[in-house]
Amino acid sequence: MITTLLYSMTGLLLFAMGLFTLFIHSHPLRKILAVNVMSTGVFLIMVATAYKPMPLGNIDPVPHAMVLTGIVVSVSVTALALLLACRVQETSNLDLLERKKQARIPEESRR
Amino acid sequence: MISPIILPLIAGLLCFLLNRRTFAIALAAAVANLLAVCFLTYQLLLFGPMRCHMGGWQPPLGITLRSDGPAVLMLLMTAVTGLAITVYARGYFSHRILNLRQATQHQEQQRYFWPLWMLLLAGLNGLFLSNDIFNLYVTLEIIAIAAASLAALSGKPASQLASFRYLLVSLLGSLTYLLGVVFLYRSCGILDLDILQHHVANGPGIRAALALMSIGLLLKTALVPLHFWLPPTHANALAPVSVILSGLVVKGSFYLLFRLWFEIFTQLITPSALNFMGTLGAVAILWGAVQAMRQHRLKLMVAYSTVSQLGYLFIAFPLSRIDESIQVWSIVIFMALGHACAKSALFMVAGAVFLHLGHDRIKDLNGVRASLPIPVFAYGIAGVSLMGLPPSAGFIGKWLLLTSSLTSSQWWWALVIITGSLLAMIYVFRVMSRFFVIPEDYSVTTSAPLSPLLEWPALIMALISLFLGLAASWPMKILATGNTALTQVFPGGLP
Amino acid sequence: MNWEQWLLPAILLSSFIPGIIIFALPEERHRLRTVLNLCGSILKIVLILVMDTGIYFGYNFEIRLSLIPGVELLLNGDPLSALFATLSSVLWLLTTVYAIGYLEGSPNRSHFFGYFSLCVTVTIGIALAGNLITFLLFYELLTLTTYPLIIHRGTEKSLRAGRNYLIYAFSGGAVFLFAVVALQTIIGPTDFTGAGFSPSFIDTHATALALIFILLIIGVGVKAALVPLHGWLPQAMVAPAPVSALLHAVAVVKAGAFGIIRIVLDVYGPQNLLLLGVLPLLAAVASITILYGSIRALQQDDLKRRLAFSTISQVSYIALGISLVDQPLAVIGGLVHLVHQGLMKITLFFCAGNLAETLGIHRISEMDGVARRMPFTMAAFSVGALGMIGIPPTVGFVSKWYLGLGGLAAGNWWVVLILAVSSLLNACYFLPILIRAWFGKQQGPWPDELYSGRFETRFMLLIPPLVTAFIVIAAGAVANAQISPLAWVRFIVRKYGL
Repeated sequence: MITTLLYSMTGLLLFAMGLFTLFIHSHPLRKILAVNVMSTGVFLIMVATAYKPMPLGNIDPVPHAMVLTGIVVSVSVTALALLLACRVQETSNLDLLERKKQARIPEESRR
Repeated sequence: MISPIILPLIAGLLCFLLNRRTFAIALAAAVANLLAVCFLTYQLLLFGPMRCHMGGWQPPLGITLRSDGPAVLMLLMTAVTGLAITVYARGYFSHRILNLRQATQHQEQQRYFWPLWMLLLAGLNGLFLSNDIFNLYVTLEIIAIAAASLAALSGKPASQLASFRYLLVSLLGSLTYLLGVVFLYRSCGILDLDILQHHVANGPGIRAALALMSIGLLLKTALVPLHFWLPPTHANALAPVSVILSGLVVKGSFYLLFRLWFEIFTQLITPSALNFMGTLGAVAILWGAVQAMRQHRLKLMVAYSTVSQLGYLFIAFPLSRIDESIQVWSIVIFMALGHACAKSALFMVAGAVFLHLGHDRIKDLNGVRASLPIPVFAYGIAGVSLMGLPPSAGFIGKWLLLTSSLTSSQWWWALVIITGSLLAMIYVFRVMSRFFVIPEDYSVTTSAPLSPLLEWPALIMALISLFLGLAASWPMKILATGNTALTQVFPGGLP
Repeated sequence: MNWEQWLLPAILLSSFIPGIIIFALPEERHRLRTVLNLCGSILKIVLILVMDTGIYFGYNFEIRLSLIPGVELLLNGDPLSALFATLSSVLWLLTTVYAIGYLEGSPNRSHFFGYFSLCVTVTIGIALAGNLITFLLFYELLTLTTYPLIIHRGTEKSLRAGRNYLIYAFSGGAVFLFAVVALQTIIGPTDFTGAGFSPSFIDTHATALALIFILLIIGVGVKAALVPLHGWLPQAMVAPAPVSALLHAVAVVKAGAFGIIRIVLDVYGPQNLLLLGVLPLLAAVASITILYGSIRALQQDDLKRRLAFSTISQVSYIALGISLVDQPLAVIGGLVHLVHQGLMKITLFFCAGNLAETLGIHRISEMDGVARRMPFTMAAFSVGALGMIGIPPTVGFVSKWYLGLGGLAAGNWWVVLILAVSSLLNACYFLPILIRAWFGKQQGPWPDELYSGRFETRFMLLIPPLVTAFIVIAAGAVANAQISPLAWVRFIVRKYGL
């Protein structure tokens, strides 16, 4: 039981740390990593939940199934988030270039 | 019962793989979806609520699908709106490819739009039908992925940023919800909604679960003060995507929240909790309306209007009660259906105006009535439902809210509702009067005429929202059949 | 489904369907549009006359549609609705003819006539409403269908007037909705049964019911232009003359007054109101409105604005008559003024429109000697004006006579005083116009001579005011006969058992 409690607490701690980072830090990659850490925390709690008296041993398979599904979801979501973060970076760079170009042109016309 | 989920899924895959005749595939899927849902309604009226055990596995191990009154009504709403969106999107993309510059970019957008939209449709149908809280998490995630990708389609820098933020917020919501699921599972050991109803008792784990799930779903439903992501996302997306997001996606998470509160956690609900939700809803109505009045762009105004209208759904929390004649779900269903139809019409009109004029600044919208009579008409009619004027569905919802609040002597909600409709009138007519005025020096712009595919879905959705009030007895009948005890169980995956 | 059920929706459809078709017509098909308009209005008059005869002989016309428990749409033909419906349809026919003539050559006529037809459909719907919810439905729709007509010209001024109108009308509608819901939670469904609700509710909910009555009156009072809710009406005069004529003399303002009548007679019932003691409040507001409207009318130089304030003043006669509900004579006076004021005011507005369209005259100061140029128009105007003042044998005299008698019978001498003072004020602001027109000397050229031909103005602009002026005199002369409006109003009052 103590191990279960330890795992669950660690999971909650991870969740909280991820949440904190998600709010505080502004870099997109950090945010994505924070979400990943949060999901890991949740999965950890789920695994800890699997340890309970059952007819065939002490393992409940349902949370394991949930964790597996969750990992799959997490992977695909992370992929999408990374792609979007790249896009954000690209377009904001393009935006910056555009604005710099426009700022440079009036200077040149003045000369 | 499974076909509303499978059909769009297959269609999405086909669209992605084949990349030819995508519209035909999508249209076929949307029509088939509508037919399947109609058949489901018919079955519901005949046999009452039904369960379908996926793969023949019984609960608590297996995943079940359930069709009852509210689920079927939401499915109907999704199917009808989905058909309109499909037709509209076709018109939208064709117009852009044919008439505007950067045709290749628009073709790319269209290529990815159809599979993503079909996946979203599958996810939504799954959300409404699922009877298992973890499966609901999966459907929530499917919807989040598809919606975020759709939101990013337009390629503009603002939309990339908005959709990235949307994805993160959605993820946060889903993860919080998942944590709630875990707590619930720890306390009860059950994932099936029906069985959970009997096993949930008051306890710290359950209360934590309720709080977490609620926060997660509130994030996804954009209730004030967690609404910050909605206006930029909805306003910067392509017009069909805005329709999808505002009309359907936010309804999904709200539906789940309402179901959880009033079916699973009924014992934990205290009046103060309900009042808390109601207060947030009231703030949402007023704040959203005030912000909508201040906007300069049409799409932003409509997005803030969504924030405001969602508040009505939350005011229904302290006012939904089981009565002999009025079902628990009735307020929410009418407001949700009315809003879905009206908001789709509004965003469709905004898209049409944008395509025609090239911009959506409100102060420069003079005289659009001359060149776009049908969309302006649709806007007016949709506005009627938003303002809650009879005989629209919005009026029925508002009537139920007002009656409920005055009968239970909580008259302050009534004041908020009435103020909300007056504010809605202000922001609807602010744009409407611009449409109507035709200045002397107005000349019909020489841009290409809009295809009817862009105009008629908006008008039809608006008319549905208007006349749904007159046909109000049918949703009530469907809701009434949906609350009887478990009658029919179909093993395996029956359609 | 027998014809008794189908007649009422048919009456509504007879102007709804032409309206929808007209929306879809392109601008140039004016002949088809005219045909549709006229056919629709003639058909409607015929159907309504059928309904009137049926009601007189005791037939029951009713059709119901239940939406959700507690909300039921009900169309009902009873004598009171027959009165308002007949008035609206007859005046609609005349206004359609007038509008066709007035708007010749204007842009966007398809939209205008489309909304025009919808507006009349909704007005008849208000007349035929059988319970408060149906009334509320058509009441709000009336706001929506009249707004495009007000802003039709598209100028800044009309936009502002339209916006003002919306603010007033929707606020009133919101208050009305709140009151209807509150009333329904207390006493249940509010069908117009002709007797009001059971007096037992008064024992338990007296204050609430009194408050709800006040809110209901505020809700309909916005459209009926009771002071201080009248602010939208003078501004709305910026609309084209046919709009002002129909809407503000007949449809919108009368709908508000009709609402007051329904609330007093059908929803609450005379007995309950006497128990609640709120009627003096209504009488006071009506009296203030009568005097205020007349005083403001004196100050106006713009002809249509003067007529607008006159409307504000005159419609409150109806409210005043109803507020003396224990005196059948006063109620008769109030009800019959519904018809009479409509006839007289529409005559006046038609003539004002003629002056504006033909000679560009908008102000009274420009009207010197105009009677020489436009004798028939000014003759009709004079008939209307004399009717407003209350000179026999015009119908205006009949309504004031009954109101005065009713006031005296109740021992309320102040009613007679108000009638006398307002008649005096009416004379003060109408007679100078007549004197200027008939006996004045033309001061230089007319502002804008837009028409010159054989008759003094276009044919279609001339006939309607002459017709209505004729009715003003004729209905007054035969007031005691079987087929006058007065006889029908007596029939109504008998039905209500007053």
